[in-house]
Amino acid sequence: MRLMPVLMGTCAATLLASQALAATTLTIATVNNGDMIRMQKLTDDFKAQNPDIEVEWVTMEENALRQKVTTDIATKGGQYDIMTIGTYEVPIWAKQGWLVPLDGLGADYDEADLLPAIRDGLTYEGKLYAAPFYGESSMVMYRTDLFEKAGLEMPDAPSWDFVAEAARKITDKPNEVYGICLRGKAGWGENMAFLTATANSFGARWFDENWAPQFDQAAWKDTLDFYIGLMKDAGPPGASSNGFNENLALFQTGKCGMWIDATVAASFVTNPKESKVADKVGFALAPDNGLGKRGNWLWAWSLAVPAGSEKVEAAQKFIAWATGKGYATLVADKEGWANVPPGTRTSLYENAAYQEAAPFAEMTLESIKAADPNNPTVDPVPYVGVQFVAIPEFQGIGTAVGQQFSAALAGQITSDQALQNAQQLTEREMKRSGYIK
Amino acid sequence: MATLQTQTAARFMMAPAVVMLLVWMIVPLGMTLYFSFLRYNLLMPGMEVFTGFGNYEFFLTDPAFFVALGNTLLLVGGTLLATVVGGTFLAILLDQPFWGRGIVRLLVIAPFFVMPTVSALVWKNMLMHPVNGLFAWIARGLGFEPVDWLATLPLFSITVIVAWGWLPFATLIILTALQSLDREQKEAAEMDGAGPVSIFFHITLPHLARALTAVTLIETIFLLSVFAEILVTTGGGPGIASTNLPYLIYIQALLQYDVGSASAGGVVAIILANIVAVFLIRMIGKNLEA
Amino acid sequence: MAREATRNRKIAFTAFAWLVGLTLFFPILWTILTSFKTEGEAIATPPSLLFFEWSLENYFEVQRRSNYLRHAMNSVVISLGSTGLGLLVAIPAAWAMAFSPGKHTKDILMWMLSTKMLPAVGVLMPIYLICQSLGLLDSRIALVAVLMMMNLPIIVWMLYTYFKEIPGEILEAARMDGASLGKEIVYVLTPMAVPGIASTLLLNIILAWNEAFWTLNLTSSQAAPLTAFIASYSSPEGLFWAKLSAASTLAIAPILVMGWFSQKQLVRGLTFGAVK
Repeated sequence: MRLMPVLMGTCAATLLASQALAATTLTIATVNNGDMIRMQKLTDDFKAQNPDIEVEWVTMEENALRQKVTTDIATKGGQYDIMTIGTYEVPIWAKQGWLVPLDGLGADYDEADLLPAIRDGLTYEGKLYAAPFYGESSMVMYRTDLFEKAGLEMPDAPSWDFVAEAARKITDKPNEVYGICLRGKAGWGENMAFLTATANSFGARWFDENWAPQFDQAAWKDTLDFYIGLMKDAGPPGASSNGFNENLALFQTGKCGMWIDATVAASFVTNPKESKVADKVGFALAPDNGLGKRGNWLWAWSLAVPAGSEKVEAAQKFIAWATGKGYATLVADKEGWANVPPGTRTSLYENAAYQEAAPFAEMTLESIKAADPNNPTVDPVPYVGVQFVAIPEFQGIGTAVGQQFSAALAGQITSDQALQNAQQLTEREMKRSGYIK
Repeated sequence: MATLQTQTAARFMMAPAVVMLLVWMIVPLGMTLYFSFLRYNLLMPGMEVFTGFGNYEFFLTDPAFFVALGNTLLLVGGTLLATVVGGTFLAILLDQPFWGRGIVRLLVIAPFFVMPTVSALVWKNMLMHPVNGLFAWIARGLGFEPVDWLATLPLFSITVIVAWGWLPFATLIILTALQSLDREQKEAAEMDGAGPVSIFFHITLPHLARALTAVTLIETIFLLSVFAEILVTTGGGPGIASTNLPYLIYIQALLQYDVGSASAGGVVAIILANIVAVFLIRMIGKNLEA
Repeated sequence: MAREATRNRKIAFTAFAWLVGLTLFFPILWTILTSFKTEGEAIATPPSLLFFEWSLENYFEVQRRSNYLRHAMNSVVISLGSTGLGLLVAIPAAWAMAFSPGKHTKDILMWMLSTKMLPAVGVLMPIYLICQSLGLLDSRIALVAVLMMMNLPIIVWMLYTYFKEIPGEILEAARMDGASLGKEIVYVLTPMAVPGIASTLLLNIILAWNEAFWTLNLTSSQAAPLTAFIASYSSPEGLFWAKLSAASTLAIAPILVMGWFSQKQLVRGLTFGAVK
């Protein structure tokens, strides 16, 4: 009997509190890729479950996002409650003590269900510091109709030579069909993600065991010459400013014969609502050169909570909603299974409905499994990371080198000049940071 | 008595503005100067040490520095040339009698009100895009290979975008000056048999000198710090082909998180800007005395 | 005959001037038109100028995605706030300089203008860190303050050139009549200064509205004005020409209309009084 007033009091207090504060507001910084835009549109579902939490979105282009969140976390700006970051940032930031370990995701979150390769990348000293929203590797997406017309057949695991030959054969510039679309926009997460992964398969590496930059080696020259030659013959105009989203638009409008990029693109190019070529897309593993490494990367866009946030509990609630199993079902109900964010959970790939709806499911999983961040190159290296080098200095260096390669692609400088500049500027930065004398 | 009183009052009235500007100038400037002597990277907190002129050395020996300096001057110079010449031409045109002058005038000045991020995005995507842009469509229609403007002619393209925004400004000022030109003087010259060209060079242009100085000064102040157009269109690339000084410092500060060398760059930029400023302010100062 | 010639000349000028005017206006016109197309039509070849299915869908999409109204409100608050505060500080200063010039008035004016020459990037890091430590990142207050300081030299200078035009005899006469300083300002100066203040106000609202360095670097969401709202479209997902156009139209429309209505007042302000 005495419980009643207490209960009622608590209820009233809760009501008052939630009305007075209009609840906690979470500010979430995220990248403007399709899956995140979808999440943004589905926020109402989260609000229905958590009426006391408001959600505020800050959606930015990839490079802008990185710059904003990194500045914010490094200066303890506190502008965001949840940040979208990747496998590059998580270990570095966790080491600096900038992130909150995610230990409040709830009992039904099932951490063990996360794909091991992805989970490892987001774990530091045994604790999960970010929850994967979607995971990706890279693979070849190609137009089955164009391949058929040209009398070509795409193997499941193509070589670079085959890809180059096919690309040149398919190209039909007067009709705006370009054999291959590849990233060219400067940025360590843009063109350098593709080029570093590709260089791995050509036997190149960023640094030797003593942190000496390796752009003066033949393997890098082969990589860059191959890339530029191929893009000149079979790439779209303006390639030096194309990133993921630009290439996606080109592929969706039927202007690319092949596109080597993130596996996550598969659901967009096969979606008939957005893509003109939805029923004509095939998939293959990223190409290799017979050296034992494929040119595919590993990445997971993940949600993390900055240290010092006062809304850790609410933030973890949101993260559990956005990266949990329930979200997959929600997207499946609203948009179909093919549009569920891929590459994070084993259970998704065991789901018959998903396998049925997503012709790219198997290739995605294969690609993710084929990437090895701890052992990314043919020759040994002192760093971790497939398409990046997991040191704080890499963002700056990677982007500056990306600018050089982008200029070489645009024809502003030769590939030799680009490599020479890259070598010089990397040496400068590495000396300044004390890695080399 | 009254004068003394007013003098004191005048000081009080000026004080807030002067003090605020002084604080605005000294505090951040002092911090920049201080940072410029520190090894200070945001990504490596707690490792700040004094490095003397290390940051200056690092910034000034960057091969990108002289390129950026050249780009800054080219961008300012190119835009000034385009807007002054174009503006004079447009002003003379708008000074003629024709139907719908008011509306044409509105059309011409419209670009001035467009914010830089919008104009950069519109030009980049809808006009200059090598596949879907309007220029590419026109080029293909005429049987040419479309030009990839921002990749092959990055600095020129940015100059075009910036000049488009500043052309109305120059036009308006020159037009105002033109309208105050003494008609009788012009008519007298015509009576004497002077052709339109000689009238332009001997009567119109000298009359416009003051207006042209004002255009040059004001535009230079703004053009020295062009930023958004570069950020949105080329990101300073390809390579560093369209990186100007502000953008180079921005890269140091917010892409490399190297506050030390960014601050050194800032100090360098401030010194350079002041050299330009001395010339310009002298120029306008003289002009205002007259 | 002569009349005929004049007429022909006028026709020729009309045609030519309209051609030039429309060419310069074309990027804006094209943006506005594209904003009413579907994404497919927006990149169709050949492009359709007027004959397409007009639709408002892009505007709804833009509002759904990024809350235009809030960003517009931020732009309004920031540009009005910074200009208003700037005027409050600048009017007395400019008044004093114009009517009781001392030995150093000219120097002070020149010095003020020279602060405008400081490149913003030079002080980016300090300002960022100051805002951060005061908890003012992503707040309107910080932007109002920063933009006010950015434009203060211009405001003072513009007002000074206007005030100098007011004949001193009128002031003398007022003083003879025993008007106090306050009365002098309220009854004599204000009515004469209103046009100058108005055009200063307009120009600075436009400058603050379009400012795209501090607004991009000091905000993220809550206080982000329209410049930042547009920047989020710099590389969006998939096809976006039409949505970009709708967002752009929304961002420039308010200031474009205001600018058109007030162009006469603007001209004098633009020249700092150097051209009459």
